[in-house]
Amino acid sequence: MAIVELKVPNVGESINEVTLSSWLVNEGDYVEVDQEICELESDKATLELPAEEAGVIKFVASEGDDLEIGAVVATVDTAAEAPAGDSKDADKKEAKADAGPEEKKADAAETPAEETAEETTYATGHASPAAAKLMKENDLKPEQIKGTGKDGRITKQDVQDALDKGVQAEAKESAPAPSPTPKPAAASGSISMAGGDFSREVRTEKMSRLRRTIADRLVEAKNGTAMLTTFNEVDMEPIMNLRKQYKEKFKEEHGVGLGFMSFFTRACVLALQEFEAVNAQIQGDGKTLQYHDYVDMGIAVSTDRGLVVPVIRNAESLSMAEIEAKVIELATRARKNELDLDEMTGGTFTITNGGVFGSLLSTPILNAPQSAILGMHKIEQRPMAINGEVVIKPMMYVALSYDHRIIDGKESVSFLVRVKDYLEHPEKMLLGADPVQQLLGL
Amino acid sequence: MSDFQYDVTIIGSGPGGYVAAIRCAQLGMKTALIEKYNTLGGTCLNVGCIPSKALLDSTEHVHKAKTEFSEHGIGVGDVNIDFKQMIKRKSEVVQQTCDGVSFLMKKNKVDVHTGVGSFKDAHTISVKPAKGKAQEITTDKVIIATGSKPASLPFIEIDKKRVITSTEALSLEKLPKSMVIIGGGIIGVEMGSVYGRLGVEVTIIEYMDRLIPSMDADLGKEMKKVMSKIGVNILLKHKVKEVKTTTRSVTVKADDPKGEEQTFKAEYCLVAVGRKPYTAGLGLENVGIETNDKGQVPVNEALQTNVENIYAIGDVVRGAMLAHKAEEEGILVAEHLAGQKPHINYRLIPNVAYTWPEAAGVGFTEEELKEEGRTYKVGKFPFKASGRARASMDTDGFVKVLADKETDEILGMHMIGPRIADLIIEGVVAMEYRASAEDIARMSHPHPTYSEAVKEAVLAATEDRALHI
Ligand SMILES: Cc1cc2nc3c(=O)[nH]c(=O)nc-3n(C[C@H](O)[C@H](O)[C@H](O)COP(=O)(O)OP(=O)(O)OC[C@H]3O[C@@H](n4cnc5c(N)ncnc54)[C@H](O)[C@@H]3O)c2cc1C
Repeated sequence: MAIVELKVPNVGESINEVTLSSWLVNEGDYVEVDQEICELESDKATLELPAEEAGVIKFVASEGDDLEIGAVVATVDTAAEAPAGDSKDADKKEAKADAGPEEKKADAAETPAEETAEETTYATGHASPAAAKLMKENDLKPEQIKGTGKDGRITKQDVQDALDKGVQAEAKESAPAPSPTPKPAAASGSISMAGGDFSREVRTEKMSRLRRTIADRLVEAKNGTAMLTTFNEVDMEPIMNLRKQYKEKFKEEHGVGLGFMSFFTRACVLALQEFEAVNAQIQGDGKTLQYHDYVDMGIAVSTDRGLVVPVIRNAESLSMAEIEAKVIELATRARKNELDLDEMTGGTFTITNGGVFGSLLSTPILNAPQSAILGMHKIEQRPMAINGEVVIKPMMYVALSYDHRIIDGKESVSFLVRVKDYLEHPEKMLLGADPVQQLLGL
Repeated sequence: MSDFQYDVTIIGSGPGGYVAAIRCAQLGMKTALIEKYNTLGGTCLNVGCIPSKALLDSTEHVHKAKTEFSEHGIGVGDVNIDFKQMIKRKSEVVQQTCDGVSFLMKKNKVDVHTGVGSFKDAHTISVKPAKGKAQEITTDKVIIATGSKPASLPFIEIDKKRVITSTEALSLEKLPKSMVIIGGGIIGVEMGSVYGRLGVEVTIIEYMDRLIPSMDADLGKEMKKVMSKIGVNILLKHKVKEVKTTTRSVTVKADDPKGEEQTFKAEYCLVAVGRKPYTAGLGLENVGIETNDKGQVPVNEALQTNVENIYAIGDVVRGAMLAHKAEEEGILVAEHLAGQKPHINYRLIPNVAYTWPEAAGVGFTEEELKEEGRTYKVGKFPFKASGRARASMDTDGFVKVLADKETDEILGMHMIGPRIADLIIEGVVAMEYRASAEDIARMSHPHPTYSEAVKEAVLAATEDRALHI
């Protein structure tokens, strides 16, 4: 009889602890080689732990535990027999007996490693009507339930089993004040099952690993730097006009929409190359400055797990269309929780857009060890005095928070003024200068 | 806790209203149902689904006796039609079905109030019977289920004598010689079948380029063929512009596709251009609910109106005007009131025309998939190739399956053929579970049945490997 320990693997540099967020199998299940047995949440990413050996599983850690790298999660008894009817191999053999062309294709492509891996299809996690209702009533997501139906469909019994096991609604990590699910209209009426009309209940909840990391890093940035913010405002009309004019063509040509992000990224990249300190950072020793010839642009993306900042590498080398495509790709993958750790580390500057939520003005916090961060905000029609006349313009406040230890006031303010200038005169972004002046060699 | 007489009051006893009442009662609410007519069941039971099906069945027998019995080796001589008896039988079926609803209300302890329900305020409803004094009831929640009435065109006056709606067409006293039907939608083709089979000279005038235009275009094309077979004259792309009556007849003028005016004279003109939501006398103004430009009561996803305690379901709200849609909505609101969280997949509400062959569809039509730019495959199987259909002499029609080109997921099922009104549910179940065409193809379908045509069509969709063609 052999007992094999399943341990928390080394998941990446600078990560020494993970949280066991949920079991994907039941205690005592017979697990196959490479079958995913639990979900581990690290600072930034979630990963599934595969079983190294087949056998009957026994849990050592529990859901919600913080585990160090190398800690034992579960043990597998490899001497245990695979249950006869349940085995995937048996299923496969049966299927082979009357294999249509489809299965034959699948068989040919099979490698030993894939043999036991679960196949997912478009229908995996699709809940039956009764299951879907039960899930909605208990605020459960398909990811929280293991579907035992055909191709991983979720049956009514699967939801019941999950509820019996105590699976609960996921806490909404992104919202600082979680909004309670709206009560059905009847809750306050005569057919209500609840007690009084108001509640004084409180709720405690373990902070997710991501939320804790965010918390630590924000405090660190606030306490460990000399942070200051400078503001400016941008007349967005030129860009909006440009977008209006070229929207369709751009889309046709490049297959992506022309958004604001490419303009802001480009403007910052050009300004960063001019004001090097804004793109630099203080080394860990506190004595050395590191300058970058390139711009790795962090783009803050809000997901339902919290804020993540994927990085666009060598943003200075990308065209507008490439930037747009990259932003969309990273944001989508961030929201699907598909980003690798190294896609979220190593940025040299960050742009964050509070405008999407309606923020008029804010002071962003540095994404340490970076030295500056640009905050975009919402565009608002405001009366502006131009040449002695009041004109209504679509205006946006921009904020640059920076580390005063390495960036002087003059530099930061000039940087932001330059960004503003690029945005208000997008044609200058072509060569980093006015094309007419360029032509005239001025 | 409640100061009201009722937890919930439902106005209108159609399939939406009475089903909501049963479900509310099942969930333990004290429930009232208000209906202005003496019989329960609404449009569907009194002047809609049930009577139309009763007449469709009677007349299909006539049709078979006339055209198919001799082939079966049955001689019946001249087929004698007793139209009065036909209408009487229909009325009995309606009566029994409506009585059934009354019984269900008693069984579930739902209080039925007869009279026109009208809001005084959000929690008080006056019920005014045809004779006598209005009475007021108070209620916590309200569900509006007042249904719909036949719609017309602005220049047509429905006098109910010569220019009639489906309601009158279901209760004619004498079999007419001729009838012009304006509108080739489901009600138009159903009533056209009833009278066409009885030898009435029927002309259907449709504005669009096909019959039953809300359904997959292939169904409309086939429908035209089969309707023509029973002698119904079908005119597509014709724009009716005038309807004039005398005491004995009615004259309809329409522009044909070339823009030339055509004149049609008949004993009756049946206006079947759709139905409009009905809220007259409901007193919506007293609670601050405004209907939209289609006359519908606006509701959110939970079918709640802008007044928190008032909900609305069925024909009076957006969506298909179908009895089973109204029923699902009745159940949804009842369960929502009880704190549950049900959901309706509106895309999967099947649409059926009870002609013979019957026509039915669910999911995306081919036209919709094209418009969405989705890549799909089509599997089609004609009843001509079905042994079961040959045995019953019902070889018209086909089953058509639309599946996603990449994933093989079934996206739509459309059929026209024998008893397919009862077959379309296979498509609903398949799509609720997001089954692939091959999934269905791998399920055993009993032989010989019409359902084998579904299996053959999904086989064809999977990878063009239908067996029997
Ligand atoms: C000829 C015909 C054939 C049809 N065939 C089919 C079919 O085969 N399959 C199908 O699914 N659908 C069919 N329909 C459609 C179906 O009848 C309707 O979709 C269905 O009846 C809608 O149900 P409902 O509960 O919303 O309203 P309704 O059935 O219209 O019921 C509303 C009820 O509310 C009452 N009411 C209205 N206002 C008040 C008030 N202020 N106070 C009290 N009572 C009030 C009305 O008297 C009526 O009884 C057919 C319709 C017609 C006309």
